[in-house]
Amino acid sequence: MIGSLPPAAVMILGALLVPLLRGRARTGWVLLLPAASLAALLALGEGEFGQISIFSYELTLVRIDGLSRIFGWLFHIAAFIGLIFARRGGSALEDVSALVYAGAAVGAVQAGDLITLFVFWELLALSSVFLVWARGTERSYRAGIRYLLVQVGSGVVLLAGIIAHARTTGSVAFGPMETGALGTNLILLGIGIKAAFPLLHNWLTDAYPEATYSGAVFLSAFTTKVAVYALARGYQGEELLIYVGVVMTMFPIFYAVIENDLRRVLGYSMINQIGFMVCGVGIGTEMAMNGAVAHAFNDVLFKGLLFMSTGALLYRTGTTKCSELGGLYKSMPKTAALCVVGAASISAFPLFSGFVSKSMVMAAALEQNLDVVWLFLLFASAGVLHHAGIKIPFYGFFGPDSGICTKEAPTSMLIAMGMAAFLCVFNGTWPTLFLYPNLPYEVTYEPFTSAHVISQLQLLFFAVLAFVWLRLTDREPHELPSTNLDADWFYRRFGRGLAFAAGGVASRLRDAVAARTVTVAGSVIGSARRYMGPTGVLGRTWPTGTSVIWVAILLLLFLLLYYASTPLTSALPPP
Amino acid sequence: MAADTHDTGGKVNDRGRHYFDDPKRWKRLIAILIVVCGVLFALDFVNFLQQRMGWHELRHPERDWEGLPPFYAVYGFLAYTVIVYTAKALRKGVMRDEDYYDR
Repeated sequence: MIGSLPPAAVMILGALLVPLLRGRARTGWVLLLPAASLAALLALGEGEFGQISIFSYELTLVRIDGLSRIFGWLFHIAAFIGLIFARRGGSALEDVSALVYAGAAVGAVQAGDLITLFVFWELLALSSVFLVWARGTERSYRAGIRYLLVQVGSGVVLLAGIIAHARTTGSVAFGPMETGALGTNLILLGIGIKAAFPLLHNWLTDAYPEATYSGAVFLSAFTTKVAVYALARGYQGEELLIYVGVVMTMFPIFYAVIENDLRRVLGYSMINQIGFMVCGVGIGTEMAMNGAVAHAFNDVLFKGLLFMSTGALLYRTGTTKCSELGGLYKSMPKTAALCVVGAASISAFPLFSGFVSKSMVMAAALEQNLDVVWLFLLFASAGVLHHAGIKIPFYGFFGPDSGICTKEAPTSMLIAMGMAAFLCVFNGTWPTLFLYPNLPYEVTYEPFTSAHVISQLQLLFFAVLAFVWLRLTDREPHELPSTNLDADWFYRRFGRGLAFAAGGVASRLRDAVAARTVTVAGSVIGSARRYMGPTGVLGRTWPTGTSVIWVAILLLLFLLLYYASTPLTSALPPP
Repeated sequence: MAADTHDTGGKVNDRGRHYFDDPKRWKRLIAILIVVCGVLFALDFVNFLQQRMGWHELRHPERDWEGLPPFYAVYGFLAYTVIVYTAKALRKGVMRDEDYYDR
């Protein structure tokens, strides 16, 4: 029976039953759904399914090939791990939105046409915002509204692009596209918003840290990775993306260094990691594409692990601010150890997952003689070590004791983090067992060469040495409670100020117009009263004789006009 | 703004000694790090010698400049330091109060 349903429908429809279930039944059901959905995906095999025709457009609801299958695997694993993590304290609302959200992500990467993609694109936005709102604070409510505006806006831009693209090409098939036309440019922009392109990125660093402790885990897995998939599907080898990707790897590292909220640090870290993927798609060779996809896969796991360990901190201490944390390894040693695994994976230490995927993108850059790009990516790799490799575990768990005393994370959270940590080490140590064979192209890359291992260790250990030196000499930036201005200032402050200013001008204008209208109307009424009122000239009572005189004068005038207008000849009798 | 609810897991009064309470443990960790860095640093010169002599190379460089010893070590150290100093300079321009957007 499962085989006849599109895989995406399993989780989305199954989510409808969740509110009816409680306790163990709900746990069993929500964990069964990703498993059943994955089974449906694997049962289908490769090919195109669910072709329907609407208004002369051919829609393909399900397309499974190498690229969409690996993302399908990824999203199911992420949903499963995230749902285990959410067992403690997670509400039914979070379960429902997480399942619909995961289903939408699966549907989006399997969409064979742009219209189906658009539908799932918007569903991603609508389902995920509840993971932010479920936190129940004023801040999360406002952040959720901003998130929703940007996400739905991305869908509107995408739709405009699809319409323009369909008008020029007559096709809505979702395949490789060339930039330059209005339609494909708009589609790229729509995808770019969800991929957190520079200046379009603040929805991510704004909303993710305000989500619930498990909500951020789901958020980090789906939206941006669907966007990376869409770029890989549509814009492979688009040169612009190389440079967009490099900028994405670079600027967030500086913000991450000075950010106080650990989950916002992870938000900036996400943009940095997506930068590597976007750059890989831009390079577009087989190795670069494999690298981008493999890194997306690994990123969901290690970033999920880091979001889970900071989520566990939030669950136990109520905060994720560096300035309030420290020394938590004493209370939460297992969480701390798992966090270190995530940190090692994102920093790309050998035998951890980042090592086998990020390096493919970098090797591809060097292979294409993009030496400067390669130097930037190497620089960004040292930046990753700072904010994700050191800052998250050190300031969260090992730094100066904050005095907070709490307990180890609940068992369900430890299980979820343990699974993610296992997969990080598994992919990093044995990439040829699962990861490499499932990539879209055949892998010829060998990560464990002595050159790669040694050079990576040199880079990382000397960066750690720099940290130790800066820390011991008190040159590390202090952890300060703060807000750092970013591109969102333009709409959160400048735009808002502009709106208020415009509102002020409009209000004054309205008052002025209203006041003037009252004056004019008053004078009209006044003069009407003066001439036509009871005492006015026209309002007086006249004697009958006066009227007779007026009538006689009018008749005389009429007679004169008549004579004046009639030609003389016609007045004379005919001869 | 409503405070977040969180679950501290009940009453905890564990204030015993822990691993990193002892500064010696940190010092030992740093000592290990310095030894590892020293070995990695030396490896690059061994490798350079091997390249020059035409022996088997530990690390075959893709580019000449990348093969120079200790390219990665210096790059890693410098990149980290530059990032920290740039970020501190950035802070002067962009840092505001925590409730900047809530006012």
